[in-house]
Amino acid sequence: MAQRYTSDILIQNGRVVRPGMPTMTANVLIQSGTVVGIRRGIKASAKCVVIDAKGKLVCPGFIDLHTHLREPGFEYKETIQTGSAAAVAGGFTTICCMPNTNPVNDNKVVTEFILGKARLAGLARVLPIGAITTRLDGDELAMIGELASAGCVALSDDGYPVSSSLIMRRAMEYAKALGLTIVDHCEDRELSKHGVMHEGLVSTTLGLLGIPSAAEDVMVARDIALAEMTGCRLHLAHVSTAGAVRLVREAKARGVPITAEACPHHFILTDEAVGEFDTQAKVNPPLRAESDVQAIRAGLSDGTIEVIATDHAPHASEEKEQGFDRAPFGITGLETALGLTLSLVEDGVLDLESAVGALTSNPAKAFGLEGGDLREGRTADITIVDPKEEWVVDPSTFRSKGRNTPFAGRKLKGRVVTTIVGGEVVFSTNEKP
Amino acid sequence: MPSSSRHKQAIRSTKAPLDSSQEGWIAGKDLLTIKALDARDIELIIDTATAFHEVAGRAMKKVPVLRGKTIANLFIEPSTRTRTSFELAAKRLSADVVNLSGGSSSIMKGESLVDTGRALECMGVDLVVIRHSAAGAAHTLARTLKAGVVNAGDGAHEHPTQALLDLFTIRACGKNVAGLRVVMIGDITRSRVARSNIHLLTKLNANVCVVGPPTMIPPHIEKLGVSVSYDLESALKGAELVMILRVQHEREQRSLFPNVQEYARFYGVTRERLALASPDVLVLHPGPMNRGIEIATEVADGLSSVILDQVANGIAVRMAVLYLLVATRETTKGVGVTR
Amino acid sequence: MKKSVSVGTSEAVVMGRSAMCEALDRIADAIVENHKDDAMMALVGIRTGGIHLARRLVSTMQERFAREVPIGTLDINLYRDDLVGRARQPVLRTTDIPFDVTDRNIVLVDDVLFTGRTIRAAMDGVMDLGRPARIQLAILVDRGHRELPIAADFVGRELVTTEKQMVKVRLQEEGHLTDAVIITS
Repeated sequence: MAQRYTSDILIQNGRVVRPGMPTMTANVLIQSGTVVGIRRGIKASAKCVVIDAKGKLVCPGFIDLHTHLREPGFEYKETIQTGSAAAVAGGFTTICCMPNTNPVNDNKVVTEFILGKARLAGLARVLPIGAITTRLDGDELAMIGELASAGCVALSDDGYPVSSSLIMRRAMEYAKALGLTIVDHCEDRELSKHGVMHEGLVSTTLGLLGIPSAAEDVMVARDIALAEMTGCRLHLAHVSTAGAVRLVREAKARGVPITAEACPHHFILTDEAVGEFDTQAKVNPPLRAESDVQAIRAGLSDGTIEVIATDHAPHASEEKEQGFDRAPFGITGLETALGLTLSLVEDGVLDLESAVGALTSNPAKAFGLEGGDLREGRTADITIVDPKEEWVVDPSTFRSKGRNTPFAGRKLKGRVVTTIVGGEVVFSTNEKP
Repeated sequence: MPSSSRHKQAIRSTKAPLDSSQEGWIAGKDLLTIKALDARDIELIIDTATAFHEVAGRAMKKVPVLRGKTIANLFIEPSTRTRTSFELAAKRLSADVVNLSGGSSSIMKGESLVDTGRALECMGVDLVVIRHSAAGAAHTLARTLKAGVVNAGDGAHEHPTQALLDLFTIRACGKNVAGLRVVMIGDITRSRVARSNIHLLTKLNANVCVVGPPTMIPPHIEKLGVSVSYDLESALKGAELVMILRVQHEREQRSLFPNVQEYARFYGVTRERLALASPDVLVLHPGPMNRGIEIATEVADGLSSVILDQVANGIAVRMAVLYLLVATRETTKGVGVTR
Repeated sequence: MKKSVSVGTSEAVVMGRSAMCEALDRIADAIVENHKDDAMMALVGIRTGGIHLARRLVSTMQERFAREVPIGTLDINLYRDDLVGRARQPVLRTTDIPFDVTDRNIVLVDDVLFTGRTIRAAMDGVMDLGRPARIQLAILVDRGHRELPIAADFVGRELVTTEKQMVKVRLQEEGHLTDAVIITS
């Protein structure tokens, strides 16, 4: 993000929440886009903008490792502008966007296009994820080196996972040398063929073809074996099954270099949310059984899953209004992630610091990114949260073009009130920037 | 007619007349699933069908009750038999009927189902009967239309009027469903007839066992209140009702069973196998049959078979459903803008 | 049809059990007188009240005149002109007429004659089953206020009512303690 002139900011009397550190009440001073002081009693200078954060949480800016911005190619679903606006409204100062655009982000021209558009939007930091294979067709490796130099921070064929174990092995070997993380959407596409929801009682009752849990587990096991063999850093996207959690736990115990993410819908909802063919609950991987939800919560609790990501997947409403079999998979997630994550704190699954860690320092570590922490001398990417505000999800108020969410009408507790990127207030509930 | 006459009895309801002021399914505008019905709704439909069964037996088979109403048969997935049954039912109630099939409708030109439904509604259609290859299509349509919707089969989900006509047929043969030992054979995973019948028979406390190769039994089916067997002969012992499902070998069934011959060998209902069942067993099949595959010809045409009764009863049951959904509703007026 | 009686309405018995028996006997006499040597005569009761009255008339004719008269029951709901807009569908019962109506002299039997619309529906219903030689109407209570050009051939009692009043015939066959004709207003 281009540095521009910003005023000094003093965030007063907030509770500063940092992963791995005790939460304390302090003032945070930002000068020239950098955090210069975190302690009690810092006084505001004359030219300082003061933000009163009494009763609020002052957190490092959130980082989403899994966002679909749809541009280029699907601007009717979302643009980099609307997606970044949604991101900062949800407290995300950094978002990593998946390459399944049209054209696919498998070359530097697309990467540079995305970075240029993101600079124009001037809201969140947008970090592109490059394709593993050209056109995501699973056949030949994309120009991974070129993508890395152009600014891609990780590699993934999300949505069209690499079926060939050989190609995946080569991709891991190649990515390792460049220090890039491979992100895999684990799905055996033979086992999941024609499936539109979790294979279980609900799919049986509705007569819909199911995606069995084994479709995910099989690929998680393969990827772990390949990561162990190649030593490449592997990040498992949107873990949805108890089996995957178990495999990751075992692999981590052996020291395999893997990280894993869970999405709010996977730790809140079960396949029951599909109800009578509600396409808002159609997502891939699908909403699964109660036992899977409990396993993911346990995985978050014991650190097996260290990252919470949104898998923000906006679609046009006419697409979601088709029949269940035809409607696209996906949930718009950037603007509901915080409230849903804080419900884990309410439920005692995570303590507040760990929940914030799952949105900040842990995703930064998974991709080797800067940021994700709140320290003196660091760039001022900061999210201020009112932990007590209760609000009802109303998709018509989303900044995202996507209105597709199964959480419409749900009451959430905790809302982002101010988002600061590089020392600049890019979102505030008080004043619209 | 080879179909047995020994099962045919006068159909009389022994129950007290229902209080029509009670709330229930009938307060709604659609029939989408059996799952959403309760036992009282089911009895109301069957009682009403009994009245229409008498009408169907007259020389003059038409009654004026739906005069001025319009019913559209929207059959995106072709089915001559079910469409004809609904068409006759509507015509015998004096409704106007329009038929739209997949080939002729603008759905084939990419128009969405919902837009087709809205267009029909603007033309003054009071009720849409929909058959679609996708599960949930009837729900999608019903959510957007003020007109009524009857699900005539949506993918592998439900086919409620088929289950109701099966029940009507069972009752007409003098059987009490509570405690009845039912064996359902075939591809349960991909059968809407199976789902609707499982819901209906279990709501009425029948004892249902589903039989087929494990590749055709969907996960957790036992949670719907049925037992599962992979062995046809042991399941058939003492069965009082045998429901045979059509083997869909024209669809993509690769890997569900090795071939049709092997299916027939393990799961085909033959006269010898049927002899294991109760002596007064009834055999039902929703049609069209694959003779020699899931059902042997001598079973299809045997004394136990009520397959042709099912076809005949279908019209009375569909008349009842259309009557209950449409008769008391304000006629849909064609909507147009006048400036 | 069931109509609920709300609190605060007044009920008056205008015909008791013995009066009703007398009225039915008179109707039976008149029908028999009118159909001397008529082998084609048959009674058709209109559901539900008319059915019980038709049965009583048939048994009276058998006891007093040794006449065996065929009897049928008719559900007129399919022929009503007032279905649209009702909150609920009337529950359909089976029409059960175990003889061919063609060339018959049919006597329709109902409890109360009011607007005439039920009788219009009943005539349509009978004529859908064949072509009777003649249709007549026997009625226990004629309360006036006709909306169609229909008149009864055999009447038990004429009552003067206002349009808003309700006339209800209670019969033991329907679970009531005794027979009575009630006016509520």
